Amino acid sequence: MKCDLCDKEAVVHLTQVDNGEMKEVHLCEEHAKEQGIDINSPISITDILMGLGEARQGIESELSPTCPRCGMAREEFRQTGRLGCPDCYNTFMAELTMAVKAMHHSNQHVGKIPAREGLQTRIKSQIARLQKDLEAAVAREEYEKAAKIRDQINEVREQVESDGGAL
Amino acid sequence: MTLDGLLERHGGWLETGPDEGPIISSRVRFARNLCDTTFPGRASGEVRDQVWGEVVQAFDQVGDGAKFLRWRMDELDSLEREILFERHLISSELIERKAGSGLFISEDECRAVMVNEEDHIRLQSLQPGLGLHKALDEADALDNALEESLSYSFSTKLGYLTACPSNVGTGMRASVMLHLPGLCLTDEIKPVVNAVSKIGLAVRGLWGEGSEAAGHMFQISNQITLGKTEPEIIAHLEQIVLEVIEHEKNARLRLMETQEIRVRDHIGRAYGILAHAEMMSSNEALDLLSGLRLGADLSLTSDISRHEIDRLLIQIQPAHLQKAAGTVLSPEERDSKRAQLIREFLKER
Repeated sequence: MKCDLCDKEAVVHLTQVDNGEMKEVHLCEEHAKEQGIDINSPISITDILMGLGEARQGIESELSPTCPRCGMAREEFRQTGRLGCPDCYNTFMAELTMAVKAMHHSNQHVGKIPAREGLQTRIKSQIARLQKDLEAAVAREEYEKAAKIRDQINEVREQVESDGGAL
Repeated sequence: MTLDGLLERHGGWLETGPDEGPIISSRVRFARNLCDTTFPGRASGEVRDQVWGEVVQAFDQVGDGAKFLRWRMDELDSLEREILFERHLISSELIERKAGSGLFISEDECRAVMVNEEDHIRLQSLQPGLGLHKALDEADALDNALEESLSYSFSTKLGYLTACPSNVGTGMRASVMLHLPGLCLTDEIKPVVNAVSKIGLAVRGLWGEGSEAAGHMFQISNQITLGKTEPEIIAHLEQIVLEVIEHEKNARLRLMETQEIRVRDHIGRAYGILAHAEMMSSNEALDLLSGLRLGADLSLTSDISRHEIDRLLIQIQPAHLQKAAGTVLSPEERDSKRAQLIREFLKER
């Protein structure tokens, strides 16, 4: 399908209700951006389902100029893209969150966990995994399944809280 | 076993690949860093030495750890380091021989651990053919064994923390090495490389860059390391590799159906030059041997096996040539030795 404003392939398809009249809009990536729709960070139905839509926190940025452990300067990190030590991940979290998301289209590890990591990590990972499943279900418009996964997530969370743990 | 023993032994990963078809080998590599320790690029010599010591201790605890050969890079001369590089056992970063950098390799060369490369630990498993799952299992097992004694730097959110954010998460880079002469000869390689690059995978020449890869050898690997599990990453890579192989096979079929004479000419000319040239550069040799390799696949050069050609691909590399000659050679001398080695090989056939 072509973009309503040019000949390019439309990638954004919106259904708008305007004065009680339903209208379909089709836009290419460029024109979508012009309209303020960033297809790379769409409004997440997952977030709405999880009730996180409004509670999403801004990136904390104390912006210390250098890493306290290894002395890596923020400027140096920005230039090289390399980190000096594991603590740099905390120090430069503000920049890293965006860079990592751009590189991997994700901000959450779901793979292997070292055996030494405790139960807490495993539970957090289980929740992350479920959240990923939830997103996939939403993407496939399987809302019933998504709701079930949401309940599962909440169950795990409640279980942790009743055990006295905090996530 | 010494490094010399390693070189004399036949059957390294490149020589034990499948008898035919475009796949050469598969590799899975994990990047790991020790807890609360500055990454190698920024660490002092003292810290890097300490990391080496910790990894040595960890290996001593591993069940079959004794079967691993180990070298600190400063124990090896520059030629020996180049040889390990040519065998894909160390990276160019390790060749530089900074403090505490070293290598562990299993005797069959299938598992290797680089210490103090970009990350404290780069652990790899190389398998002949399309062996991604086995490579993952082996890398995983060695990783678990080392982790018995080592504490890795890990975050619940970002997974294994690495010196470069492009490796964060699983820290895993999986790759498959492919020989794609059909796609190169039909000029279809560029669109294939472009298409593969667009879906989160990287294509690189094994020797040389992009579609200009010498010897028509390519490596396809995952770019994304975070937000997917290790088996998911491997499954995606494998699926795409199988598609590329299908394209390569079709290209070869089409070439043989429509331009058989051109293919025979290509292989015959490669054979002719290889059999008679007195001087040969690395790249020329790789390209011509690629032709011979295609000939072996298409049963057009029945007297030469793929394994023998694959062995030559390693033996004609500069450091391997000099090691065999027992002396340092100038580029011109190397070109002459290389041509001689190949001529003698073909004469025996």
